[in-house]
Amino acid sequence: MGKFIRLKKGFTINLKGKAAPKVVETDQPETFVIKPTDFHGIYMPKPMVEVGDAVKAGSPLFHDKKHEQIVFTAPVSGEVVEIKRGEKRKLLEIKILADKNVEFESFRKYSVSDINNLNSADIKEQLLKSGVWTSLVQRPFGVVADPAATPKAIHISAFDTHPLAPDYGVLFKGQDHYFQVGVDILKKLTTGAVHVNTHATSEISTVFSQVKGAEVNKFSGQHPVGCVGVQIHHLDPINKGEVVWTINPLGVIQIGKLFLNGVYDASRIVALAGSEVKNPQYYKTYTGASVKKFIEGNLNQEHVRIISGNPLTGTAIGKDGHIGFFDQVVSVLPEGDQYEFLGWITPSTKKISFHRALGLLSFLSPSKERVADTNTHGEPRAFVQTGVFEQVTPMDILPTHLLKSILAEDIDEMEALGIYEVIEEDLALCEFVDVSKHKVQEILREGLDLVQHS
Amino acid sequence: MKFLRNQLDKVKHSFEKGGKLEKYYYAYEAIDTFLFAPNTTNDVKGAQIRDAVDLKRLMMTVIIAMVPCLLFGIYNVGHQHFMAIGQAGAGFADKLVVGLWQVLPIVVISYGVGLGIEFVFSILRKHPVNEGFLVTGMLIPLVMPPDIPLWQVGVATAFAVIIGKEAFGGTGMNVVNVALTARAFLYFAYPTDISGGVWTYLGDAQAVAGYSGATPLAVAAETVKGESVVTALNTFGAGWNEGVFTLQNLFIGFRPGSIGETSTLMCLIGALILIITGTGSWKIIVSVFGGAYAMALLLNAIGGSPFVELPAHYHLVIGGLAFGAVFMATDPVTAAQTETGKWVYGLLIGMLTILIRVFNPAYPEGIMLAILFMNVFAPVIDYIVVSANKKRRIQRATV
Repeated sequence: MGKFIRLKKGFTINLKGKAAPKVVETDQPETFVIKPTDFHGIYMPKPMVEVGDAVKAGSPLFHDKKHEQIVFTAPVSGEVVEIKRGEKRKLLEIKILADKNVEFESFRKYSVSDINNLNSADIKEQLLKSGVWTSLVQRPFGVVADPAATPKAIHISAFDTHPLAPDYGVLFKGQDHYFQVGVDILKKLTTGAVHVNTHATSEISTVFSQVKGAEVNKFSGQHPVGCVGVQIHHLDPINKGEVVWTINPLGVIQIGKLFLNGVYDASRIVALAGSEVKNPQYYKTYTGASVKKFIEGNLNQEHVRIISGNPLTGTAIGKDGHIGFFDQVVSVLPEGDQYEFLGWITPSTKKISFHRALGLLSFLSPSKERVADTNTHGEPRAFVQTGVFEQVTPMDILPTHLLKSILAEDIDEMEALGIYEVIEEDLALCEFVDVSKHKVQEILREGLDLVQHS
Repeated sequence: MKFLRNQLDKVKHSFEKGGKLEKYYYAYEAIDTFLFAPNTTNDVKGAQIRDAVDLKRLMMTVIIAMVPCLLFGIYNVGHQHFMAIGQAGAGFADKLVVGLWQVLPIVVISYGVGLGIEFVFSILRKHPVNEGFLVTGMLIPLVMPPDIPLWQVGVATAFAVIIGKEAFGGTGMNVVNVALTARAFLYFAYPTDISGGVWTYLGDAQAVAGYSGATPLAVAAETVKGESVVTALNTFGAGWNEGVFTLQNLFIGFRPGSIGETSTLMCLIGALILIITGTGSWKIIVSVFGGAYAMALLLNAIGGSPFVELPAHYHLVIGGLAFGAVFMATDPVTAAQTETGKWVYGLLIGMLTILIRVFNPAYPEGIMLAILFMNVFAPVIDYIVVSANKKRRIQRATV
């Protein structure tokens, strides 16, 4: 039996332009990109292809020099057209010009009964070879899972509470069987349970509600209740020395497809959302797709920021950019690079605020959808206001003290204050509400890197 | 507005790196960001949207919360002036004019000296001008006696900003409340000037017969054994300011005292603004009042001297307890920073205030010393709360 957990703290940011529940199949984008920078814990990514090479979906593109068995594979078939490097020749992205029809690298196929007899070594080998492995994220630190580790549990968050979050009922419709098989396989990789964490107050897709052999837990509350780190904290928190894996439902489904069909099927549905999109809706495409085709002629204005991911944790990618490996939504927001006369004091019901400070009236109608731009709304300052981070962090963690210990580079203190339990997305809301405009997520990642490499 | 923006943009480059006036960048920035919310956008990675709140707005909210106290204080300074010189019939406007004449210079000196120092430090230390002083600059006049010499306001403000804040690194880094540092500085540096008749502005006029400049705290402290403080308070002012220290009037605040602290009612209105806007911690406000009340009740039960036996609710309306609880104790930088810690911090401030008032005749106003003392101890409270958090995590791991 799963647990039912109610969380009171948090803040749901209600943005205009959520995707309508309609999936569009248009011409596929021409280029697809895999970026090593989407993954944490890679020591040195090394390309395994050269420009001009032909690849199939599931062919290796690069691997980590320290863990050569972890390979990152092509989402589509085509020709490698660019290997982009940055400072110190660091690998930034590998671009593929896609074929019209995707050809697949073939991996071993299994029947449902075969799958029941698989052992963890066989499973790991197939997952690693196909690149599906890279969907597994290991906590602490939020890094690519270590094949040598055995996690104490595997957690799957079956809903998303970020602003402009896609509806998982649309994203994974009809994938019940693949999800079930994926869960069955994951169960063999952990000594503990596979947790499927669902949202108590919205309609739960049968993909998640009918799954067998997993703990189906229910959560209610405001964002960040959908963040898997928050869920782990309440179900089975991570202590020092323990390892937990997380994976999104797409990854689970890809595992199912890999074993049943013998292919790395990177097809996925992404949402195009945000106030500046004419028709916010869902598109069927593949991992790493270029956003160009989707946004062309579909924007309300041109002075916008294209974000791969949601507005809290995403990355600005520009109009020619490509969607990140883990991102399920492309958010388009107005760029906020304008001055505002006496903007720090004028009253407004339009600007979104968790606070109710003088003139910030959005709290009067919290259910109204609002437009947010990318302006910082103020300048960075030292920590002044207290108690706000705690109100949006539904965990027994003191974010301010944790962040200060990171700024002081005090590793023992970071450990004691629970750095093992969080990654960027869990504290992203702190970055949003911060009066002093700290880069909370960046600071946290510095801390995670420090602890990991100490 | 476009014109103003263009003018700013025109001069901006000379303040930027490599410009002629590069040294003064932060002074320019302070003015620019005051007039226009900046056009900076969020980084490529991380939160792409930010809450509309910033420190300027937060500080402005606190200032708005102080306005009732300020306006009431201005009027009250005039009112007490006319009562003390025997012109009880003076009109509203007369009182307001006298009050303004007395209070405004103090406000101007406080802001002028404080902001001047802030700008100098921002240029020397190369950090942005912090908004913290917007609040401090208003708090300082409100805790000053109306008849304070202006040069003392200036010296105290300078001392508080330099030693109390900038020496520690500016807003957010200070250990003790800056405005209270100013007040405490006067208290210990010029003890003779901040006692006796300073609580009422007399000017050149002659005080009326029977006039006494005592505050309720002094009346309570001076009540001899065998008499009741309540009776002493009720009969105080007979002949020239009838009923000035009755319970009702103490609550409303038409009495001598520091400019902004006399009215418990106005402080409560301020508290309401702070609590509704989420700017001040309601936990601290409630627990200071609670701690004071509980301690006073305890003393009542023990008994011993007239002041000890003063009914507990009187303690909540005399002196500066309400003002301190609402505007001084809630300063987020110097208060306890953990939520549990805030309860402990507030309770101890309330209790200490009463203890100092009742048992230390040399310092009848306990709230100032109690808050300064707890400012110093707030990190200890937080340390204990944070340790408990760490302990829970360790225990969880070993179960």
